[in-house]
Amino acid sequence: MPIAIKAENISKAYQLGEIGTGTLSRDLERWVARIRGKEDPFLKIGETNDRTKKGSSDIVWSLKDINFEIEQGDAVGIIGRNGAGKSTLLKVLSRVTSPTTGRITGKGRIASLLEVGTGFHPELTGRENIYLNGAILGMRKREIARKFDEIVDFAGVERYIDTPVKRYSSGMYVRLAFAVAAHLESEILIVDEVLAVGDAEFQQKCLGKMGEVSKGEGRTVLFVSHNMGSISSICNRGVLLKKGMISEVGQINTVINEYNKQMLRTDNSELENSNEEVALRKIEIKNTEGEYLVSNCKCIAEIEIYSKKYIEDVVVGVGFNDNMNTRILTIFSKHFGKYYKINPGINILRCEIEQLPLKPSKYFTEVYVGTAYEQISHYNCGLNIEVLEVKNQDMPDHTQGYIVVKQNWN
Amino acid sequence: MTDYEHHSWEISPQRSLFDLKLRDTWEYRDLLWLLVRRDFVSFYKQTILGPLWFFIQPLFTTLIFTFIFGMAGIGTDGLPRPLFYMAGVTAWNYFADCITKTSTVFKDNANIFGKVYFPRLIMPLSIVISNLVRFGVQFLLFLAMMGYYAAQGADIRPNGTILLFPVLLLLMAALGLGAGMIISAMTTKYRDLAFLVTFGVQLLMYASAVIMPLSETPDQYKWLIQANPMTTIIETFRYGFTGQGTFTWGAFGYASGFTVITLLAGIVIFNKVEKNFVDTV
Repeated sequence: MPIAIKAENISKAYQLGEIGTGTLSRDLERWVARIRGKEDPFLKIGETNDRTKKGSSDIVWSLKDINFEIEQGDAVGIIGRNGAGKSTLLKVLSRVTSPTTGRITGKGRIASLLEVGTGFHPELTGRENIYLNGAILGMRKREIARKFDEIVDFAGVERYIDTPVKRYSSGMYVRLAFAVAAHLESEILIVDEVLAVGDAEFQQKCLGKMGEVSKGEGRTVLFVSHNMGSISSICNRGVLLKKGMISEVGQINTVINEYNKQMLRTDNSELENSNEEVALRKIEIKNTEGEYLVSNCKCIAEIEIYSKKYIEDVVVGVGFNDNMNTRILTIFSKHFGKYYKINPGINILRCEIEQLPLKPSKYFTEVYVGTAYEQISHYNCGLNIEVLEVKNQDMPDHTQGYIVVKQNWN
Repeated sequence: MTDYEHHSWEISPQRSLFDLKLRDTWEYRDLLWLLVRRDFVSFYKQTILGPLWFFIQPLFTTLIFTFIFGMAGIGTDGLPRPLFYMAGVTAWNYFADCITKTSTVFKDNANIFGKVYFPRLIMPLSIVISNLVRFGVQFLLFLAMMGYYAAQGADIRPNGTILLFPVLLLLMAALGLGAGMIISAMTTKYRDLAFLVTFGVQLLMYASAVIMPLSETPDQYKWLIQANPMTTIIETFRYGFTGQGTFTWGAFGYASGFTVITLLAGIVIFNKVEKNFVDTV
């Protein structure tokens, strides 16, 4: 497959605090350095973007030495913690802002959806907004006209097409905006985490459309999300960012696993230096009677928590989400009246589950740690678990619900 | 996918100062018209009187000028007072609208600029063209007034200079656009400039033959008033349509040169700031 996007040594520096060097003399100094072809005296290379530490200069590298290649037709998931540089990378790729150093080359037009409905004007009708939005995304009028019916159909707003969008429900608004970006004849589609606004049915539709765009139409998709479920269902490749640098590139499953490993702080020195009082070290869910998780098996959830201090009345919960990020099951110590005392250092909390009521599928866990009154920590996607199918055992399909319980028929 | 191969692109930090991305801008010409349409439609949809507002403002300005400066007894080159002011106000309004709206283009579009790429030059261009609609309406009002005074027997003699009208329009647009873009680039860094603009443009009007014809200006200040290219543009406009006023090719050449340089400087500075503007707001 030909290369669609190639990034070489991309870095992006942001200045913290005051914009400009602050004084005219330093502005001049910088300007003199620049026209003499020297490096900016106020840009120090070598500092990474660590929000938790105070840097020695006001410059922060939001992206540093990013290199990757994306093939045409790839669906690439970009993941990382908040502040890892995902959005900055998308902004640079969408040409909204330019990189401080490096070069990106590519082929094909880019339609980017960093926000739903950019450039929509509330007074204009749906029809007018489709044209305006399409043109903002770089399409010619005739191209939009060609796709017009498809867009309206996808968004399901046919009745309201000549109504000003200010009278649209928020759901209709989002549907229309996504439909425009997804249907235009761009070869590269960039989508930031924007789908969270729609309802579940629409999210499913969008994810389906994105999958179709990349697999069916051979277009390249770049997708940022915190929802590992949707990432793994759409993307075949992944880029994991950590503090503005690339931590892993490759097959999406490998990248997600690496991400999960990083979310769990196993490195003790890192834990001690972090400004988080409480951190999740490990979460594991294992079958106590067998090797793999299967429906209705007896299992145990083990949660390792690192704390810097002694805390009373701690409650812990684990949520199991399906790949649409719908919560299927929550186990929560509070519901069963269990409050823990957490000691400085590592604490291991265990929960026995008599019969795991999950159907065979992939699930993504979220871990909640709090006191009786407030949240202390929350971890998204701490662990992906897979409940395996047992041979010769029929399970309810999606029309028959999400869970399965042990049942004795007489 | 025949288009595919044609759309190779490159993103890099260095860009030549004189890479004006005019080709890119041309590619987005449909967006330009859609933005103009948006401005037009959204303006009407929020008002009861609609385009009538276009008339009210210049009429009142003319009325007030006629009253105040009539009392002060400032000459009008022998033209009926309201017609004289109307000519100046019509031309000046277009220039002033272009410069003030363009000067806030980054601030007004910060959100959209931060979310999607298109050649930024499209935005100020669409402002200048949108304002043309308003100018057109006011220009009709001026023509109607001219017809009325001609029927009343006033000494109005349109002449060959009237052919320069399209050029004058272009000059006003380019001057407003260029100056507006320079200011817009500066306001991204120093916000206080934005407050100066509306005020400054108002002051500039008094130094531009809207109120006092060049022929009435005391000799020792003439150079100052003539340094303002809008003076020549307004005088030429008035001279072409009514036969009254001052017109020299020398002054016209100066105004054209000044405008072209302002426009080029505006585009260069605008393009330079546009690159990293998103990071500074």
